[in-house]
Amino acid sequence: MRFIRDFEETLLQLFEEGLLNGTTHACIGQEADCVGVIEHLRPGDHIFSNHRCHGHYLAWSGDARGLLAEIMGKPEGVVGGIGGSQHICAPGFKSNGILGGTVPAAAGIALAMKLSGSDGISVVFIGDGAFGEGVVYETLNMASVWKLPLLVVVENNAWSQSTPLAKNFAGDMAARFEAFGIPTTRLESTDVLEIDAEGRRQVGLVRETRSPHAFIIDTYRLCHHSKSDDNRPADEIEARWPFEPLNVHGVRLDRADRERIDGEVRDALAEVVGDARALT
Amino acid sequence: MIFVKELNESLHTLLETDERVVVLGEDIHDPYGGAFKATRGLTTSYPDRVLTTPVSEAGIVGVAAGLALSGYRPIVEIMFGDFMTLTFDQVVNHIAKYGAMYDGKVTCPVIIRTPSGGHRGYGPTHSQSLEKHFLGVPHLTVAAASPFHGPGEILTALLQRDEPALFVEHKLLYPEHVVRPEGSRVGDAIGREEASDGYLPSVVLSQVPREDCTVTVLAYGYSALLAARVVEQLAVEEEVFAELVVPSQISPMDWEPVEASVERTGSLVTVEEGTADWSWGTEAAAEIGRRRFSELRRPVRVVASEPTVIPSSRDKEQQVLVGADTMKEAIREAAA
Repeated sequence: MRFIRDFEETLLQLFEEGLLNGTTHACIGQEADCVGVIEHLRPGDHIFSNHRCHGHYLAWSGDARGLLAEIMGKPEGVVGGIGGSQHICAPGFKSNGILGGTVPAAAGIALAMKLSGSDGISVVFIGDGAFGEGVVYETLNMASVWKLPLLVVVENNAWSQSTPLAKNFAGDMAARFEAFGIPTTRLESTDVLEIDAEGRRQVGLVRETRSPHAFIIDTYRLCHHSKSDDNRPADEIEARWPFEPLNVHGVRLDRADRERIDGEVRDALAEVVGDARALT
Repeated sequence: MIFVKELNESLHTLLETDERVVVLGEDIHDPYGGAFKATRGLTTSYPDRVLTTPVSEAGIVGVAAGLALSGYRPIVEIMFGDFMTLTFDQVVNHIAKYGAMYDGKVTCPVIIRTPSGGHRGYGPTHSQSLEKHFLGVPHLTVAAASPFHGPGEILTALLQRDEPALFVEHKLLYPEHVVRPEGSRVGDAIGREEASDGYLPSVVLSQVPREDCTVTVLAYGYSALLAARVVEQLAVEEEVFAELVVPSQISPMDWEPVEASVERTGSLVTVEEGTADWSWGTEAAAEIGRRRFSELRRPVRVVASEPTVIPSSRDKEQQVLVGADTMKEAIREAAA
């Protein structure tokens, strides 16, 4: 989590320096979701992520060099500098910037696993904003009818770009899945241990039952949607900082451990950034 | 053999010979066997790899993307070409992008087949030829069913590629016999198949030796069948001689067979059933104009349907869709 946080904060600095092109969507405040779920996946599983994919990718692959080079637009990037921040592809991992459009592809990957008799599972991360897209509901229906090994992880960060949930979301989030016969668990938490425990259970359920499940994590995005667009009330954001994942878990660590981890991350990241800066 | 029977047999064969092939579509299960019966018998013979789906065009094409990314070879039937609009995001922003967007790390060879076109009185939303909206999408091949190309050969060729494809099948071709070029003949006409590397073949035919033709007609799909009849009539009744070029791949387009013909005739008429303006024909006009400007003795004539809705009434539908009379008038004028 510390690494993901520092990586994204570094990205924002590199933007300031003019070293990055385009845009980027940071997941500051949501790191516990990335590690708490992805920790339980294994080779043969597949993750489809969205525009806010850095944390997912780092938790899955640890390939910070490839990701940073990609976001810097370098040929050494994970997809040669073509995909950039939102369009990443590596073994067992893909992301695309079209909201919700990734869900049927994730279901198709689950269908391929079913046809080939693999014990893998397909995981797709979406945000609350994706519930505005019709193809999501088409896919939930198919995933349930065909009993696909698909885990839909919803990171509900309460804001869809600049729009609060109350302004664009009617009804109940879990009921959307339950209407299709998909068992759903909802957890309001930024505590990595809670998310980890439930993430383990959800991954296990999909793996064993070979049928779709949904895991909704109510969280909060502490940073802007992308780069610098944030008009949310400052006091709302301020009130959430004490509950950010590093703080929630950090109090459990003794000071020496925490400093050691912070130091190790700082050094590892400095090396990655140094390497990336050296790329032509 | 008639087109739809060949198509059905080739789907059986592809499922039989290639375990990666998966067929998805609405109402394709037996005994119904699909709205136009192209998929009859498939769910009975291959229940695991042939899935009848909910009415969710975007969803099933998206699921096909996931299958293709995993190494399968999905073939999706979209029941009417009109419903292709619902798949547009999946095709443009997902399927056609993955290969290039991920720097060649993956392929996403989804094949979408769709019955399209009018002349059946199905009205504004079940009669259209919307393929022009898919022409020019980078990394997407658009193929068109033809009276002179076997559907099995086209599907097999598309399956051998690693890129996605849309195969547009005009409904009125389903009951027609497929006439393949043999030797230097295409049925009763003179002709042959021509193809540049990397493209599906075009069939070129004429009633008289090509040296005697004074106009080239470029048409695909059901319009090609109509055009072949018109070309024959004009030759027999009026001694107006045209060479007809019928591509089975309409985007990206193999211009060489068209150029080779225009080089001799000096005049080009394009025919398509889709709506006029911003069309396949206007692209052909621009491209052939650019490549063969000095050999054209007149501007390229683009024949297409009226840019309006397709009425259900038989008479009104005939007024809107490209028909033999419009074609004949355009070819006669361009041959002069």
